[in-house]
Amino acid sequence: MKTLGRVNGIISNIVIAKVDGPVGQNEICHVYCGDIRMMAEVIKVIGDEAYVQVYDSTRGLKIGDKVEFEGHMLEATLAPGLLSRNYDGLQNDLEKMDGLFINRGSITDPIDFDAKWDFKPLAKAGDKVSAGDWLGEVKEQWVMHKIMVPFIMQGNYTVKSVVAAGEYKVTDTIAVVVDADNNEYNITMVQKWPVKQAIRCFSEKPRPSRVMETGVRAIDTFNPLAEGGTGFIPGPFGAGKTVLQHAISKQAEADVIIIVACGERANEVVEIFAEFPELVDPRTGHKLMERTIIICNTSNMPVAAREASVYTGMTIGEYYRSMGLKVLVMADSTSRWAQALREMSNRLEELPGQDAFPMDLSAVISNFYSRAGLVKLNNGEVGSVTFLGTVSPAGGNLKEPVTESTKKAARCFYALSQGRADSKRYPAIDPLESYSKYLEYPEVRSYLDEHIEKNWVDAVYAGKTVMQRGKEANDQINIVGDDGVPVEYHERFWKSELLDSVILQQDAFDDIDANCPIERQKMMYNMVLDICGKSFDLENFEVCSSFFKQLIYTFRQMNYSEWKSEQFESFRAQIEELVNSKLAK
Amino acid sequence: MTTRAFQKVYTKIDNITKATITLRATGVGNDELATVGDRLAQVVKIMGDKVTLQVFAGTEGLTTDTEVVFHGAPPMLRVSDALAGRFFNAYGEPLEGGEMIEGEAREIGGPTVNPYRRLQPSELIATGIAGIDLNNTIVSGQKIPFFADPDQPYNVVMADVALRAKADKIILGGMGLTNDDFLYFKQIFENAGALDRIVSFVNTTDNPPVERLLVPDMALTAAEYFAVDKGEKVLVLLTDMTLYADALAIVSNRMDQIPSKDSMPGSLYSDLAKIYEKAVQLPNGGSITIIAVTTLSGGDITHAIPDNTGYITEGQLFLRNDTDTGKVIVDPFRSLSRLKQLVIGKKTREDHPQVMNACVRLYADAANAKTKQENGFDLSDYDERALNFARDYSEKLLSIDVNIEIEQMLDIAWTLFAKYFSKGEVSIKQELAEKYWKA
Repeated sequence: MKTLGRVNGIISNIVIAKVDGPVGQNEICHVYCGDIRMMAEVIKVIGDEAYVQVYDSTRGLKIGDKVEFEGHMLEATLAPGLLSRNYDGLQNDLEKMDGLFINRGSITDPIDFDAKWDFKPLAKAGDKVSAGDWLGEVKEQWVMHKIMVPFIMQGNYTVKSVVAAGEYKVTDTIAVVVDADNNEYNITMVQKWPVKQAIRCFSEKPRPSRVMETGVRAIDTFNPLAEGGTGFIPGPFGAGKTVLQHAISKQAEADVIIIVACGERANEVVEIFAEFPELVDPRTGHKLMERTIIICNTSNMPVAAREASVYTGMTIGEYYRSMGLKVLVMADSTSRWAQALREMSNRLEELPGQDAFPMDLSAVISNFYSRAGLVKLNNGEVGSVTFLGTVSPAGGNLKEPVTESTKKAARCFYALSQGRADSKRYPAIDPLESYSKYLEYPEVRSYLDEHIEKNWVDAVYAGKTVMQRGKEANDQINIVGDDGVPVEYHERFWKSELLDSVILQQDAFDDIDANCPIERQKMMYNMVLDICGKSFDLENFEVCSSFFKQLIYTFRQMNYSEWKSEQFESFRAQIEELVNSKLAK
Repeated sequence: MTTRAFQKVYTKIDNITKATITLRATGVGNDELATVGDRLAQVVKIMGDKVTLQVFAGTEGLTTDTEVVFHGAPPMLRVSDALAGRFFNAYGEPLEGGEMIEGEAREIGGPTVNPYRRLQPSELIATGIAGIDLNNTIVSGQKIPFFADPDQPYNVVMADVALRAKADKIILGGMGLTNDDFLYFKQIFENAGALDRIVSFVNTTDNPPVERLLVPDMALTAAEYFAVDKGEKVLVLLTDMTLYADALAIVSNRMDQIPSKDSMPGSLYSDLAKIYEKAVQLPNGGSITIIAVTTLSGGDITHAIPDNTGYITEGQLFLRNDTDTGKVIVDPFRSLSRLKQLVIGKKTREDHPQVMNACVRLYADAANAKTKQENGFDLSDYDERALNFARDYSEKLLSIDVNIEIEQMLDIAWTLFAKYFSKGEVSIKQELAEKYWKA
């Protein structure tokens, strides 16, 4: 029997309910406001009073209104048919909702329960299985979607029967398994999992060793993101976080992409809604939307569901990882989620930590980031969840609690700088502040040796040195003046400008330049680094600057040209000629 | 408001603070309105039978036996075409003392548009100001504030933009507006013969600050009526959102909430987002575009109000006094319109994006040259040319008193490029340079 409660207090979206039976921490309940049924979650229990956060507006709610407790935590529905859907933070399908507005208490099914799927068995009677093991598969878009032993089934089972290949609904039984005591369990294609808990159905979690290509030079070449790795992008507003995230979501080399728009602008999600069904993934030839799931809790949607949205996204990511797929989960922005935690904590009158954020913020963030990773499944296959979050630091100050906490948890740091954004140097990833810890991994080094070229990591560090020396030279020039320093200083500065303009800067709105495959990155980077290693005969700083400006201009044209086209090669020849004309004898 | 029959009148207030009262009452809904004596109040907290109300006009002079009557509904606005041409206070009551308007009563601060039902904004709003149209193009359905110091002419610029923007309706939400500015808006709209397109909700500095909290929701409820029901293009002007946020801080402080950065409530981001996110492009052709003003203190954009605003809005426009030309310009470095990519080079001429970027890059070079000059270094020939370019650029394009078409702006930019630079220095895609370069 369900525990019932009555509303006994209302402070904004926190409701205090007097209950008549047992309640659990984080248990889901429904609050009735007239005939509107609103979802809520228990966040504190004191005596017979449960404090619940309502995932909707509590306008009009009265003392004595009914509360119904559901006996389970917030769960995600996992089944074929999740791809290309657009959900709110609680996994309601936004497309299925009626009307222009989202009315309170709107609930829609996360999947189509009537759809039939072409099931093929992978397991057979007598197989020993445990949670997460594959029993069969269906084709979802172009992904082979594995039907697994539900994650909540602890212990070992034996397959008693699996249905024959054919068309089934997700709720049809496709297999029967028995436990050691001969209890039978019917397994369907749909299962549920509490979003705040990590899915741990794998045999080991090795260190990431492969690099995930994003087509963004400043990331792939300079600070690569590992497959199964974590990274974050902090930046003040206007620094280009969202444009960068969109570029990555379009271009990243992943099987499934989950975009969590968490407390951000609705128009940014609309852009994805409008573009993704049209855009084609150049790697597979399929529409981008076919591999994408959008979880969208925009800034004006209920605050409490904002927190749920990142967990829902991660849970769906882990589900697809268990099928041996490469998943990229992106959340924009995790600061909004932290702010949601702050609002709650504030209403519960908890003692605040720094900037009024809850004391356990750091633990919550690192706990969440640790759910990403490369995993080896029980059957030896490999799957991964790569997580990339953005952070919106208050006042652009990277010392604020959310940035600091995230820095402890994430392995790649892509700091977007206001200065670069102001001078329209996009993507505004700061070349000196940013880092990728993965460059230090021997596994990653040998992967790059093999997949790009021998000693690639050394070449990357050489480029970083060029940037560092260029900055030092520029500081000198600014202090002493153009005439006050030897022309070598100018040369050093301009070499860093060359590297910056040609490799680090990239035009996300140009059809060709927006996505730079690794082959092309390698060639361009080697060309630039080669020039940076040469010495030139430049009589004074003006000759120096106009020489490099010409060089940068020609390189830019090359970036805008079709790879290895006639035009591309002609710019390359021009560059060679230009370089040779000024080479030191 | 007169008391209806059978409506319960409470006459015992337990607690009175500066902005709130608490009394024992039953059957009260959250967010409900009440009349306390002759003032309006709203339920903000209910604990058992203890109901806390926020009194908009303040509690000064209230006594523990003041009559309290609950209305049984949250704040409402009556909407109909009769809204046009009228001026209202923060409660939606006619200011000039005219008749209350007839129409359907709607709750203010209503539900959110389903993001899946929104359309991507794609219609350019031309203002004739190059600092906006050329560098930071505004699109219908966008939300964008002016970040301005209190001494800058932001209200004047905003009124200009509103009148040139060719909107079907302009809704003015004035918060803490000085009476002078209020009269200015009234007069300029009247002079333009535009009064019948305008609806105003005004809280002036004479009115209690907490009343301001109702103004944006009132204005946006009216906007939704015209955009959603009538399919009109609505432009909403909100000035000044800093004063709105200050009122939020006052209330949260009196509710004993723990303040976060800059004494602002922890929910500031969500509170502001709820307002700005009402900007929308609807499938029926209607749209709500919000242009707001956020005044800064000493140009500090790291303060919680502009900072949170920047993360919510789709860009921001900075006004700056250009000392070289003595004119007010829209700052090309710090201003940004996030939605411009949706229209520039698509709804405008193909060279627009590249010309815009080249201008800003060269203007940045001029700024560097200026720093050099101020530090007493010699200027190179390029520096000199960049400085001259910057002066022309500022005067002929950036200045807010320029009012021209976008094509003209682009042509002026090309003329300036050719006057001061070589093609290599301007660094624009070759095919465009060949087509548009003014030899």
